Amino acid sequence: MPDNLYIILIPILPLIGFLLLGMFGKKFFGQSAGLVGTILIGISTLLSFYVAYGYFFSWGKKVNSYSPLFPVKLSWLEFAPGLSIDMGVMLDPISVMMLVVVTFISLMVHIYSLAYMKGEERYSTYFAFLGLFTFSMLGLVMSSNIFQIYMFWELVGVSSFLLIGFYYTKPAAVAAAKKAFIVTRFADLGFLIGILILSYYAHTLDFQTLLQRLTLQDSPGLQGAMSSTFLGLSALTWALTLIFIGGAGKSAMFPLHIWLPDAMEGPTPVSALIHAATMVVAGVFLVARLFPVYAIAAPEVLQWIGSIGVVSALIAAIIACTQTDIKRVLAYSTMSQIGYMMFALGVSGYGGENGLGFTASQFHLFTHAMFKALLFLGAGVVIHAVHSNEMKDMGGLRKQLPVTHLTFLIACLAIAGIPPLSGFFSKEEILLAAYNSNKMIFGIALFTSGLTAFYMFRLYFSIFWNKPAAQGHHGKEGSFALLFPLVVLAIGSVFAGFIPFGNYVSSDGSPLHTSLHLQFSIAPVLIGVAGILLASWFYKNKSERPGKLATALNGFYTTALNKFYIDELYIFFTKKVLFNLVGKPAAWFDKNVVDGLVNFSGNSTLSLSEKIKGFQSGKVQQYAIIFLVSVLLLAVLVIYIVNLS
Amino acid sequence: MEPGLYHILFVSSALFFIGIFGFFTRRNLITMLMSIELVLNSVCLNFIAFNKYLWPNKLDGIFFTVFIIAIAAAAAAVAIAIIINLYRSHNSIDVSTAEEMKF
Repeated sequence: MPDNLYIILIPILPLIGFLLLGMFGKKFFGQSAGLVGTILIGISTLLSFYVAYGYFFSWGKKVNSYSPLFPVKLSWLEFAPGLSIDMGVMLDPISVMMLVVVTFISLMVHIYSLAYMKGEERYSTYFAFLGLFTFSMLGLVMSSNIFQIYMFWELVGVSSFLLIGFYYTKPAAVAAAKKAFIVTRFADLGFLIGILILSYYAHTLDFQTLLQRLTLQDSPGLQGAMSSTFLGLSALTWALTLIFIGGAGKSAMFPLHIWLPDAMEGPTPVSALIHAATMVVAGVFLVARLFPVYAIAAPEVLQWIGSIGVVSALIAAIIACTQTDIKRVLAYSTMSQIGYMMFALGVSGYGGENGLGFTASQFHLFTHAMFKALLFLGAGVVIHAVHSNEMKDMGGLRKQLPVTHLTFLIACLAIAGIPPLSGFFSKEEILLAAYNSNKMIFGIALFTSGLTAFYMFRLYFSIFWNKPAAQGHHGKEGSFALLFPLVVLAIGSVFAGFIPFGNYVSSDGSPLHTSLHLQFSIAPVLIGVAGILLASWFYKNKSERPGKLATALNGFYTTALNKFYIDELYIFFTKKVLFNLVGKPAAWFDKNVVDGLVNFSGNSTLSLSEKIKGFQSGKVQQYAIIFLVSVLLLAVLVIYIVNLS
Repeated sequence: MEPGLYHILFVSSALFFIGIFGFFTRRNLITMLMSIELVLNSVCLNFIAFNKYLWPNKLDGIFFTVFIIAIAAAAAAVAIAIIINLYRSHNSIDVSTAEEMKF
C-alpha cells in the first residue's frame, strides 16, 4: 500500500484540536474556537473517506476478500522480549467503516454545535471536549491490540463523563455524569479481567495473533483456555463473558443501561454524537472485533449475547412508549436499536452465509448512526425552539420548523423500517438472520420493530401534530449551520441502505451477497405500518385515547413509566444491601482498626516523648554531665565487660 | 629527685579533673572556656610525657600536641564568637540565662 503515515493524522488532528482549544481556547480563539475544531475534524473526515476508498476499492482489496492491514505499528511499552504493549493502527472492514461513521457524524455534530452552542460561556471548552472524544473514539476503532483498545475505551468514558457534565451547575447533569462514569467503570472492570485472562492464555495482546491463536482448534492457547475451568465454565467462556460485560456497560445493555437515559442531561449535540451514534456502539464494535473467537470457540456466550440483546431491545422499546421527555424517548430507542445489533451478532455464525447476522449488525450500526444522529439533532432544534424537553409543551410545530419536520419524518420512517429508507434494509437483514437461527428471538424482534414504529411516531406526532400550532413563539428555525447537518444526515438516512454492505463487511472478510427476500419483508413492514397507524390514531390529534389506554393498562403502564423500577432496584441494592452489609462493616473496620492502629502509634509516641522530654532541659552543663557519665559508663563497659583484648 | 612519668601523669590528671570540675560548676562562659583549655592542656601533657618516656625515638606525640594547640586556638575563637553573640542578645554571659533551647 502507498505511503501511509497520513492515516495517523485522522485521530491526531482532533487531539491537536483538543490541546489547542483546551489550553488556549478562551484566550486566543474565543468565538472562532468552534471553527478551528470543525476545520480539523473536517480534514480528518476527508482523510478517512480517502482511506475508506483506498481500503475498499484499491489497495485493501486482495483478490476476493479483505484482510486486516497494519500500516503503523510501534512498540510502546516493552516489559520483556515477547511481552510488550504496542500502539498501532489496524485497518479492517469494520474499523474502516467505523472511521467513516465516527468522523462523519462528528463533523456533522461539530457544524451543528457551531450554531447550537453559540453564546455558551464555555464554548471553546466544549469543542475541546468534542475533539478529545473524537480522538479517543477514533483511537478505539483503529486499535491494533486489545490493551490499546482498553485505554481508548477509558478515554472515551472520560470524555463522555466530561460532556454529560458539561452544564456542571445543574445538579442533575453532575449526577448523570457520575452515574454514567460509575456504571461503565464498573463494567470496565469485567473488561479488564477478561483481557487479562485472554492474553494470559493467548500469550499476546495483539488482535491478529490473538484471533489466530484462539480460533485454531489445536493451538495450545485455545486448548489451555478451554480446559481450565472455574465454577463450571471454561476460562475462555469467562474471559469472553467478562469482555462482553464491558461492552454491555458501554452499549447500555440490560441491566447496565441505567446510565444512558440520564446521560441526556448533556448538550443535545453531544447526545447525538456520543450517546446515539458512536460511543454506545463501542460494545457492538468490541464483540465484532473479537467475533471469530466468540463464534468459533465460545458459541454459548454468543447465545447469551443474543438473549441479552433481544431483552434489552424489548424492554427499552416498551419504556420508550411511555416516556414524555423527547430526549429520553430517543435514548431508550437507541438502547433498543443497539439491542438489535447485539442480538444480530448473537444469532450469527462465522463465515459464509452463516455470517449474515454479523454483516447485518454492522450494517445496522452504520445506518442507525445516520438516522439516530439526525433524530437527536432534530430534537435539538425542537428543544431550541420551545425551550423544553417535554412533549406536552410541543405540538403543531410542522409549520414553524419545516426543514426539521421533514428530516425528522425521514428519520422516523427509517428507524421504523419503511422501505426504501436505510433502516429497512439493515433491519430486514437482522430479522432474517434471527429467523434463520432462533425463532424466539425473531418473534420478539418482530414485535419490538412494531413497538419501534409506534413510539417513534408517537414522538413525531406529539412534536409536530397533536395540537394546533401555538401562537406566540414564532422562533425561527435556525441558521444554516443548524440545518445543514440535518439535511446531509437525512440524505444519508435515505440512501445508506442501498450500499451493498455485505460485499464490504462480513465476518470472515470475503464478500457476502445479501439479497432482499420480498416475501420475508412483508411481515415486518406491515407491522411497522401498523405501529405508525396506531400512533397516528392515538396522537395525530389531541384526544383522550392515550389516557384511556394508560388507565386500561394501569399497572403495566406505571411500571413501564417508571422504567420497570430498575433504577430503584439498583438504589435498593446499593443503598440497602451494599451499604449496610459491606459499607458499614468496612467503615467500622476503617474507623476502629485501621484508624485505631494509626492513632495508637501516634498516641504512644506522644506519651513516651512526654515522659522523656525533660532531658532536653536547655542546660548546657547538664548535657555535659550526661555526656561524661555516658562516656565513663562506655569506658567501663568496654574495659571490664566486653573485654576486647 | 628526677621527675618521672608518674609525676607528670599525676599533674595532668589533676589538671584534667580541675578542668572538668570548673566546667561543671562555673556559670560564667569565659571560665567554662578556660576550663576546657585546662582539659586540653592536660591531654597535651599526657601526649608529651608518653612520647618522651615510652618512645623517645619518635615524634608522634609532639605532632599531636601541636595539632591540639592549633585546634584549641580555633575552638577558642569560635567559642568567643558565640559568647559575644550571646552577650549581645542576653546582655549576660551567664550560662544559666541561656536556657531557651529546650522542650
